[in-house]
Amino acid sequence: MKNHYSLVIIGAGPAGMSAAVEAANHGIDVALLDEQEVPGGQIYRAMESIPPERAKLLGSEYLHGEKLVTELRNASIDYFPGTQVWSLNEKLEIGLLHHDKTAMISADQVILANGAIERPVPFPGWTLPGVMNAGAGQILLKSHGIVPKDGVVLAGSGPLLLLLAWQYHHAGVKIKALLDLTPMQNHLRALPHLPRALLAGHYLSKGMAYKKDLKQAGIGTLHNVSNLVARGQSKLDTISFKHSGQIHSIETDLLLIHFGVIPHTQLSRAAGCQHQWNPSQQCWTPGLNKWGSSSINRILIAGDGAGIGGARTAEHAGRLAAFQALYKLGKITRTERKQLARKDRKWMREERHIRPFLEAFFHIPEKLLKVPDDNTLVCRCEEVTAGEIRSAVHAGHSDSNQVKFLTRCGMGPCQGRQCAEAVSHIIADANGDNKPQELYRGRAPVTPLTLGQLASLFPEEQE
Amino acid sequence: MKTDVLIIGGGLMGFSTALQLAQRGVKSVVVDKDSAGRHASGVNAGGLRQLNRHPAEIPLSVAAAEIWHDIKSLVDKNCDAKFPGQIRIAENEEDLQTLGQRAELVRNLGFQHEEMISREELYKLAPSLVSHCKGALICRNDGYARPFHALEAFRQKALSLGVKYLPSTRIDAIEHDSKGWRLSSAKGEFRAPVIVNCAGAWAGQVASTLGEPVPVKPGAPMLMITERLPHFIDPVFGAASRKLSFKQMQNGTLLIGGAHMAELNFQQHKTTMNWAKLAVSARTVLALFPQLKDVRIVRTWAGIEAFMPDNLPVISRSKNYSDAFHAFGFSAHGFQLSPVVGIIISQLILDDHTNFNIDPFSINRFDSF
Ligand SMILES: Cc1cc2nc3c(=O)[nH]c(=O)nc-3n(C[C@H](O)[C@H](O)[C@H](O)COP(=O)(O)OP(=O)(O)OC[C@H]3O[C@@H](n4cnc5c(N)ncnc54)[C@H](O)[C@@H]3O)c2cc1C
Ligand SMILES: Cc1cc2nc3c(=O)[nH]c(=O)nc-3n(C[C@H](O)[C@H](O)[C@H](O)COP(=O)(O)OP(=O)(O)OC[C@H]3O[C@@H](n4cnc5c(N)ncnc54)[C@H](O)[C@@H]3O)c2cc1C
Repeated sequence: MKNHYSLVIIGAGPAGMSAAVEAANHGIDVALLDEQEVPGGQIYRAMESIPPERAKLLGSEYLHGEKLVTELRNASIDYFPGTQVWSLNEKLEIGLLHHDKTAMISADQVILANGAIERPVPFPGWTLPGVMNAGAGQILLKSHGIVPKDGVVLAGSGPLLLLLAWQYHHAGVKIKALLDLTPMQNHLRALPHLPRALLAGHYLSKGMAYKKDLKQAGIGTLHNVSNLVARGQSKLDTISFKHSGQIHSIETDLLLIHFGVIPHTQLSRAAGCQHQWNPSQQCWTPGLNKWGSSSINRILIAGDGAGIGGARTAEHAGRLAAFQALYKLGKITRTERKQLARKDRKWMREERHIRPFLEAFFHIPEKLLKVPDDNTLVCRCEEVTAGEIRSAVHAGHSDSNQVKFLTRCGMGPCQGRQCAEAVSHIIADANGDNKPQELYRGRAPVTPLTLGQLASLFPEEQE
Repeated sequence: MKTDVLIIGGGLMGFSTALQLAQRGVKSVVVDKDSAGRHASGVNAGGLRQLNRHPAEIPLSVAAAEIWHDIKSLVDKNCDAKFPGQIRIAENEEDLQTLGQRAELVRNLGFQHEEMISREELYKLAPSLVSHCKGALICRNDGYARPFHALEAFRQKALSLGVKYLPSTRIDAIEHDSKGWRLSSAKGEFRAPVIVNCAGAWAGQVASTLGEPVPVKPGAPMLMITERLPHFIDPVFGAASRKLSFKQMQNGTLLIGGAHMAELNFQQHKTTMNWAKLAVSARTVLALFPQLKDVRIVRTWAGIEAFMPDNLPVISRSKNYSDAFHAFGFSAHGFQLSPVVGIIISQLILDDHTNFNIDPFSINRFDSF
């Protein structure tokens, strides 16, 4: 690893891979850093090692990634898998941990392509062992072929929920129930976006096919479900929920939940990039120009980390960011940048047809985001409840950072990754604001770093 | 808005002053351009240290310690204050000598709070300390509190006594006329016969407006905090020849400081961690407690504080105006002094004098500036 690169890309998903390939093919020195041991990111996980049977199960969208991974392997890129980036700042210094070795490198340009995380939504019992994110379930399936033995309840809202139900069903997992917490009003909300969505009809038909398949197998979806509660002493044993005006309960030791994905903003916040509330995606996204440049001039953001657009969009956005970096590095002219970008821009537009529909259809009920009841834990690290957050607001602490100082929410080892968004919602609601106003300030290290690892940095530096 | 005293800055100095004034029946308004304590008072290391203070500060610090020990009677909350002592470790003969001389100096000034302890006692207090240390200087009734909770307690108590507080209100201009002070902000105008400059790192701007510039410099000391560990140590540790402040907080986390500075963009209130210096801090900790090498750092941050060239604060009546007062420049050790600063400023305002010797803190000491 060198101390300095023209371009450092963080994240080897579709966005990072396509950016790296494009930049390297233009002859600049590129480092690609990713915490996973293999390329592919969230979606094309374990692409190079997956048995054909399992790959088939994951479908054609998954297999699309093969080309990118091959190109990556063939390009001249300093690719460092197994590398966690724990810090990024506005001077483009990048703190990283590569197989237990700490380093700090710098770059002329950075493309942040670190993707999305699943939206954490606190509800009663969500912290019990046995309640897991659907994405985690999918990772086990993709990487290790591990599936739950004793069946599973799936609950939440979003396309991934249906996809995972379908994938599990075909892998022989018993689906005890599929609970859709999307409210019925969303159909109306989504309707105006349907015509445009039909332009990307393949996404819709895929969803319908999954649904039909499940239905034929006798797995019905319960729609318009609310009041989800997970119960158990030391681990999950029952869930209950409201459907058609009645409370139901199901015995299960595994509940997979999913409420869509949101940009992973910990690094972009720690760097100090500006972010804004995106009402359609119901999350915070970094403010970017059409080339992906953030408020910090030399930091570009591409892929789901820039706003949720899906894997294909990420791939195009990665290339656009690469063109921008190449332009700023003086490798291509303005005109070349425009020309090179043409195809990706067109494809990206087409990819986006489906988004407004999806965002409206899977709009999470505001009530679920804003008003978890007082006893619900919001910050699981420091065990802070929704009620404590509300009392802090009522005592005059009107923003996320003040509430954090007072209650310690967001101060635990996950660095607020699990509660930042929820806290900003609860505060907005308590203040009577119609949208969240502020997230926690980002603080490095965003991934774990020990005192020993830090101590090994800059050995020549004296007191 | 009209008030008796307008206090610029909603940090501990501002609220401590407002609280003292309120207890004596004087109304005040505290304004802050951001939120209370965001820059220094709420984000500091919470150290309640008399140990190794500049001789001029000792009387204030000793008086402050007495208040902190019974802080509940002042602000109704205990601010999570604990008093397990603060220690400065001697790692060699030279350190021992320096610390010994220090102890003598304090005794000669007539104070008893600092004393030397033997190697045996040191290791009783810190069994896991690396074995080469020789002894230490200790102040047994020092300790620490939780800064944001302390600030919150001062603020709430002040509010309960009728103090008004306006966050997100920056004073942009200050004028003096026959009717007293007129201060303007985007949120409106304030009128008051008396003003107090408790503007922390920005206090130099206020002082300049009054025509009395001071060589105050903003700085951004860095801190880092680790994951929770089982309890293993009580006192707060520093070392005679290293930059270190190290303590295990009530919840088991380790708070590590060392007076190393982040890069500061003062205009934008933005700090950038200096990882080379934080690495030095980590090495310092591991040199004294090597068993901590696998402990995870959870967060690093920097506050913004006012530093003076002589590291002594300005606690003073204005040079040019008899109805303006200053309390700033605490140079990263003002948390502990804050209860006394409020007393001093309120005495200056209401009694025209104070029981403490504040000559060393006069704004006039920079005449040549
Ligand atoms: C749990 C989950 C499951 C999903 N499943 C599907 C699916 O089945 N089908 C589908 O179409 N879409 C799915 N998506 C959405 C899809 O992943 C994205 O649209 C797509 O992967 C976005 O690509 P990207 O390149 O922006 O980010 P990603 O593919 O997420 O790649 C980001 C990469 O950055 C790495 N990274 C993040 N932070 C750091 C750091 N600090 N240091 C080093 N590396 C870091 C990550 O390990 C990851 O490899 C899923 C998303 C999530 C969160
Ligand atoms: C990281 C760190 C660690 C520290 N550790 C310790 C310790 O362990 N022990 C100890 O004793 N001390 C410590 N200190 C020092 C201590 O925190 C400060 O000395 C003390 O908090 C100063 O209080 P203050 O009220 O003067 O400043 P502040 O808390 O900074 O308050 C000043 C306020 O004035 C406001 N302001 C400025 N200009 C204007 C304007 N024009 N209009 C309106 N408002 C304005 C600012 O927004 C600010 O909130 C530490 C400091 C830092 C930064």
